[in-house]
Amino acid sequence: MEPKTLFDKIWDSHVVKSQPGYPDVLYIDRHFIHEVTSPQAFAGLRRRGLPVFRPHRTVATADHNVPTKDQHLPIKDALSRMQVETLTKNCADFGIELYGLGHPYQGIVHVIGPELGITQPGMTIVCGDSHTSTHGAFGTIAFGIGTSEVEQVLATQCILQYKPKRMKIEVNGSLGKGVTAKDIILYIISKISAGGATGYFVEYAGSAIRSLSMEGRMTICNMSIEMGARGGLIAPDQTTFDYLQGRLFAPKEEAWEKALAYWKTLYSDPDAPFDRILTFDASDIEPMITYGTNPGMGIKITDRIPTAEELSNPAEILSFRKALQYMGLCEGQPIQGQKVDYVFIGSCTNSRIEDLRLVASIVKGKKKAPHVEVWVIPGSQQVSKQAQAEGLDRIFTEAGFEWRGAGCSACLGMNEDKIPAGKYCISTSNRNFEGRQGPGARTFLASPLSAAAAALKGYITDVREML
Amino acid sequence: MRKFTTLVSRAVPLPVENIDTDQIVPARFLKATTREGFGENLFRDWRYHPDGTPKADFVLNNPLYKGEILVTGKNFGCGSSREHAAWALADYGFRAVVSSFFADIFKNNALNNGILPVVVTDEFLKKIFAAIEADPQTLIEINLAQQTITLLAHSLQESFDINPYKKTCLLNGYDDIDYLLSLKTEIETYEQLHGK
Ligand code: SF4
Repeated sequence: MEPKTLFDKIWDSHVVKSQPGYPDVLYIDRHFIHEVTSPQAFAGLRRRGLPVFRPHRTVATADHNVPTKDQHLPIKDALSRMQVETLTKNCADFGIELYGLGHPYQGIVHVIGPELGITQPGMTIVCGDSHTSTHGAFGTIAFGIGTSEVEQVLATQCILQYKPKRMKIEVNGSLGKGVTAKDIILYIISKISAGGATGYFVEYAGSAIRSLSMEGRMTICNMSIEMGARGGLIAPDQTTFDYLQGRLFAPKEEAWEKALAYWKTLYSDPDAPFDRILTFDASDIEPMITYGTNPGMGIKITDRIPTAEELSNPAEILSFRKALQYMGLCEGQPIQGQKVDYVFIGSCTNSRIEDLRLVASIVKGKKKAPHVEVWVIPGSQQVSKQAQAEGLDRIFTEAGFEWRGAGCSACLGMNEDKIPAGKYCISTSNRNFEGRQGPGARTFLASPLSAAAAALKGYITDVREML
Repeated sequence: MRKFTTLVSRAVPLPVENIDTDQIVPARFLKATTREGFGENLFRDWRYHPDGTPKADFVLNNPLYKGEILVTGKNFGCGSSREHAAWALADYGFRAVVSSFFADIFKNNALNNGILPVVVTDEFLKKIFAAIEADPQTLIEINLAQQTITLLAHSLQESFDINPYKKTCLLNGYDDIDYLLSLKTEIETYEQLHGK
């Protein structure tokens, strides 16, 4: 038999129809929806008089637009309230399970899927959100779609897709002290640029990736989209199976054994054909931070910002200068010592329990710098509950941090959690685009450890000196 | 969906690379539950000061430049999957976007809303920018059936790729969903065979 990549194995087993000149018709096992990108899809179904074809395959939550304070009270912002109410009504009308505000399973869509065991190896998963790639950590084909496609999935449980090319990114060796999954992915993106994997689906492999926990793997896959990839995945292994066993919606008993036998076939065969292979050495990776306005503009925390002359591609000079002007930073400036005003610990990249434990490990018994405002936004109600059970919330509040309810929050600044114009925020999220965290906000992307260190010092600092 | 056959129009130049969908329409304007009205917030923070007055130096506020074609730097539409970006471009009146490179999800979203993403070579893109800079009245013709883009006054032409399926959809104004709905029986057969 022809050797196949993991991606091909999953893709091929989900093709309903394939004909020359047409995109493949791909069957979707799990569909997640949220309040922001679904209303127009339901409106489309109503206009066409269509039901949801397989309602049990779609799960809904409210995350992008919800407040993170006083979540038990009615939403103050009229438009946000309307969106959340519209989702509630749509789910009720079309028979879809909703983990809305106040539900114990509510949270960021890419945090709750895995933690509830809904996300399982070998699946195809889509959601009207580009960070759907997160679920690839379980060995799934998971990617973000637009609202027209949300409507298509609701109506037919299928989507039209051209098969992307396949890229393998190997990271071998062991990580240094204070270097996390977030640093690995920021490092890779800084090497291949914000568009460097466009048209590809990435498989992450190598000993450094294998050694990561499921949460670390999710952080890596989450940011695949930030280098333009359609998605990223990691072959499931014992770490994956151990994580899933016993989760609410994971298969049980006989079904578990059957599923496990299948999951164990999910890996790229030796000599499987990749269109591109990149290899990196884990020992070259240090804590990373971005200085610009796309996630590819990243450097080692001990480095300085490059100068225009040092850019490898002269075509980028215009964008580079525009980015530095927006950020209020200078060419050639060291990044350490740069003052921050806000610290945001949250988002589907880094808001899981391990992330919060990492932050707490640095912060315990200490106080934040007086001038910084620090927000800790757990990824889900379950993460929040767990953190409280472990006393992490107290470590945070005693340090002067704000401990809030679950949601996307300042990752995209759609609710009231916005970074004010001109202010600097070190953020564990995934995008440093102009205005992403609020109009005029200036974002540094970094790991939870680096964010915690900056919260204590009030400026960007090498966390390794505090370990 | 609106049909797309041939378009002759002036073009609006925006020579910036890596324009992400947060710039095309910022998140705080995504609270609507309908598809209409996003044109007002297209490039909102590049186009308006915080107090709502237009920024004179932004191209959409420059009366010299008009047209149904937007010409932009490479990797246009990266970032968030929000289809609102495509809705905003369409609502504003753009029917085609020309660049040397588009982000995947944006490309799909554009096609699903009758906006044609035209991929040209870096060299041709430079020529277009130069032509518009020299003469903002420059007319561009995009012919979907022939798959060509032409700088009319200069008789400079390049052909572009588009998937044959998507081409048929655009030429006829068909939606993907019509095609998928026609496959219901095959989808049910797949489900039975694969124990879904
Ligand atoms: S946390 Fe940020 S990136 Fe993740 S789903 Fe929410 S808005 Fe998107």
